[in-house]
Amino acid sequence: MGENKNTYIIELREIEKEYYGNKVLKGVSLAVKPGEIHALVGENGAGKSTLMNIIFGMPVIFSTGGFTGEILFEGRPVEIKSPKDAMELGIGMVHQEFMLLPGFTITENIKLNREILKDNVASRIFGPKLKTLDVAAMRKDAKKALNELGMNVDEWLPVAGLPVGYMQFVEIAREIDKKNVKLLIFDEPTAVLAESEAEKLLDAMKMLAAKGIGILFITHRLNEVLAVADNITVLRDGEKVGSMRKEEASVEKMAQMMVGRKIERVEKSKGRVEKSSEVILSIRNLYVDMPGEEVKGVNLDVYKGEILGIGGLAGQGKIGIANGIMGLYRAKGEVYKNGKKIELNNPRKAMENGLAFVSEDRRGVNLMLDESIELNIAIGAMQVKGMFLKPLLGLNWIKLLDERKVRENALKYIKELDIRCTGPTQKTRQLSGGNQQKVCIAKALVLEPDILFVSEPTRGIDIGAKKLVLDLLVKLNVEKGMTIVMTSSELGELRSICDRIAIVYDGKIEGILSPQDSDTDFGLMMAGEYKSHSKEEAL
Amino acid sequence: MKAMFSKKTLIKLIRSNMVPLLFFVICLGGVVASKLSFLYIVNEIVNRLDRNLFLVLSLIIPVVAGMGLNFALVIGAMAGQIGLIAIKVWNIGGILGLFLAMLISVPFALVFGYATGILLNKTKGKEMITSLILGFFAMGLYQLVFLLFVGTIIPIKNPEIVLPGGIGLKNAIDLSLIQYALDNLLSINIVGVRIPVASFILIGLLCLFTKFILKTKIGQDFRAVGQDMHVAEVAGIDVDRTRLVAITISTLLAAWGQIIFLQNIGTLQTYSSHEQVGMFAVAAILVGGASVTKATISNAIIGTILFHTLFIVSPNAGKNLFGDPQIGEFFRSFVAYGVIALSLALHAIQKNFDANIRAESAE
Repeated sequence: MGENKNTYIIELREIEKEYYGNKVLKGVSLAVKPGEIHALVGENGAGKSTLMNIIFGMPVIFSTGGFTGEILFEGRPVEIKSPKDAMELGIGMVHQEFMLLPGFTITENIKLNREILKDNVASRIFGPKLKTLDVAAMRKDAKKALNELGMNVDEWLPVAGLPVGYMQFVEIAREIDKKNVKLLIFDEPTAVLAESEAEKLLDAMKMLAAKGIGILFITHRLNEVLAVADNITVLRDGEKVGSMRKEEASVEKMAQMMVGRKIERVEKSKGRVEKSSEVILSIRNLYVDMPGEEVKGVNLDVYKGEILGIGGLAGQGKIGIANGIMGLYRAKGEVYKNGKKIELNNPRKAMENGLAFVSEDRRGVNLMLDESIELNIAIGAMQVKGMFLKPLLGLNWIKLLDERKVRENALKYIKELDIRCTGPTQKTRQLSGGNQQKVCIAKALVLEPDILFVSEPTRGIDIGAKKLVLDLLVKLNVEKGMTIVMTSSELGELRSICDRIAIVYDGKIEGILSPQDSDTDFGLMMAGEYKSHSKEEAL
Repeated sequence: MKAMFSKKTLIKLIRSNMVPLLFFVICLGGVVASKLSFLYIVNEIVNRLDRNLFLVLSLIIPVVAGMGLNFALVIGAMAGQIGLIAIKVWNIGGILGLFLAMLISVPFALVFGYATGILLNKTKGKEMITSLILGFFAMGLYQLVFLLFVGTIIPIKNPEIVLPGGIGLKNAIDLSLIQYALDNLLSINIVGVRIPVASFILIGLLCLFTKFILKTKIGQDFRAVGQDMHVAEVAGIDVDRTRLVAITISTLLAAWGQIIFLQNIGTLQTYSSHEQVGMFAVAAILVGGASVTKATISNAIIGTILFHTLFIVSPNAGKNLFGDPQIGEFFRSFVAYGVIALSLALHAIQKNFDANIRAESAE
């Protein structure tokens, strides 16, 4: 038994982690052998990144109360308290968002904080911090690491101008340049790569594994998993829902495991207007420069009176669509409402045209946390529509806040949306997440929009309140005939209330599904493999 | 095709050097309008470089370390003035006095710089406004010490510098005992332009020091932290400590810079000499084309020349153009603050422009 244990580089046992009372890992165990490529697949929020952060000792884990469970490295229990501890053990990480300094050269990045130094007069007197960099030696090492990966790029180039694919390789070169590296974690390394680059990367991974380095490969591109992994672990909602060897795996099986969950459909009452075929909003060729959620050419029609869901994995651009249309991030393209073009990059114009937005950033964008509920509800309409204002002494150009109307309005919405509070003057900071969200929705409703954009409406809200918020959206849709475009990372939630669900992949619409479509279809679409996969089947 | 390309690079060159070019044109206009002799202007510029360049150079390291423009230079200047007051009290003059003042200012500057660094580490991302306000706050403390504590807690009796009541330092302290101590140590005259070689050697050494330190391990850490604190931290660099070192070096250099400045001026305005130090140094380096994220030695040199040329010629230009030197005087302070606002605005415009290009080329 003891010997058997030693064959693993790393072994995780019953890892549990909570963020603010929200359990994101529920007893996950896994183990990696030397030379093994172990794939970890799962949706966003499944707990993959948290698990990696635990292994790499990221500060975010310890600033939120640490974790429970045991980590064994080469058979010995270890405590990894910081990235430095992890590095000293021989754990390297290729990060999802590049940990590269754009202004540094490739060499400087590869050797970051591990620079080769040489003595000079000053350093002999004042200490090692004043040693000069031995650029020649550093370049030699960098060149060697790059060559090992089959990269043919000049090591003195700045990283800033490099193609993304190269940047990823620079990251890997940095990790393999560390002499003692035994375990490499790849956190969605191919997410930003083109296909040919991704293939090269997979080859590099195989080559590294052949040298005896253990690899933990996080991804949601399922065909890549099949291409390189020896073993596969699937996470869902912080739980390990399956593990298999490569031979047992198939794309469908993984897709289903990834997504599969019981779906409770909030049934809409019968009185609702039949979905019309009238297009109320049409989006053409929309590009949005939202960092991390770039939209790269979206075409989408929204029908009057429907609830349209926008889903997809984080970082693929689903969040960017609503933010771009509402003018919060720089956008390019055309958006027509009822055939009339809406000016982009101008939030006011968007609101004047009958669009309203409940942002995913509830506390940052939607609410003034230290102001009262009533003012929060009124402020949008006050600015855009000039509501809740009265002239001073009959002078029309000096407007005062009409406190009575603001109060009446707030009371109306508090009752209508069932906002639990001590009264309309309570500060929104003191409300629970669910009630804050209701205030946000009320604020959007005062604008009397034709189309309501809602992003991540249930993020950070406890389960009971989630249902209330979703019910409220359905109610608005059914009773007022409001068109709703809801963006959410939670597929289950989209499938419970939406009429159609558009899945975004790589900044574009991968496809539109009905909520009743199979888990496999959703899984494939989110992984960007729907088209290619169905093509294969057709052959 | 080739002509198009070179035109494009020219436009790019102009755009990236917009601020220095704009000020070059203004300076040129000012020089013409002032009707001053060329020799006079060159002499003045050399003099001003000697006075100010050291202070301006001390801004570079914090910018490299991502802490923006260090308005807390004021605090370093105070440390320098403490050194000067000490040698005045002991009545040690000449080059010896000068170096003694520098030596005395060291512990003060290190402590002040360290404290500034601790505060700036707590206000990451808002370093500039913090250091600006910190400078104002420090002025209050400085006044408390030298107006109230001198003569009561600090036993200084010298009637030449203490107010008649025996408490507090006089408004102006004569520094003739070290005036030109450095400048006249070695000075040559080339076609009517007096060049204080010793001072320039010292400034040259500072340039070399700045260049050298950026090539060392700590310099590499400065640059890494300046580009991305998070990446630096994940790579195992002690971000807070690196920033502390950067701001402490800057404060120390500012102290010495202020001593060099005042040995040239010859009078210490006890309560106001330090006031504008941060603002003017920042304005100068911005005119030279630096931004809150990028500053080089050449930015400092070009900026100091342009900014002070404007200072030299503006009173006469004002008199000649509007018949009133007062307008020129007004123009000076207008220039100092305007420069900061303008170059920060241009910096923002540039950023916006780049973002537009990015959005346009999204396909």
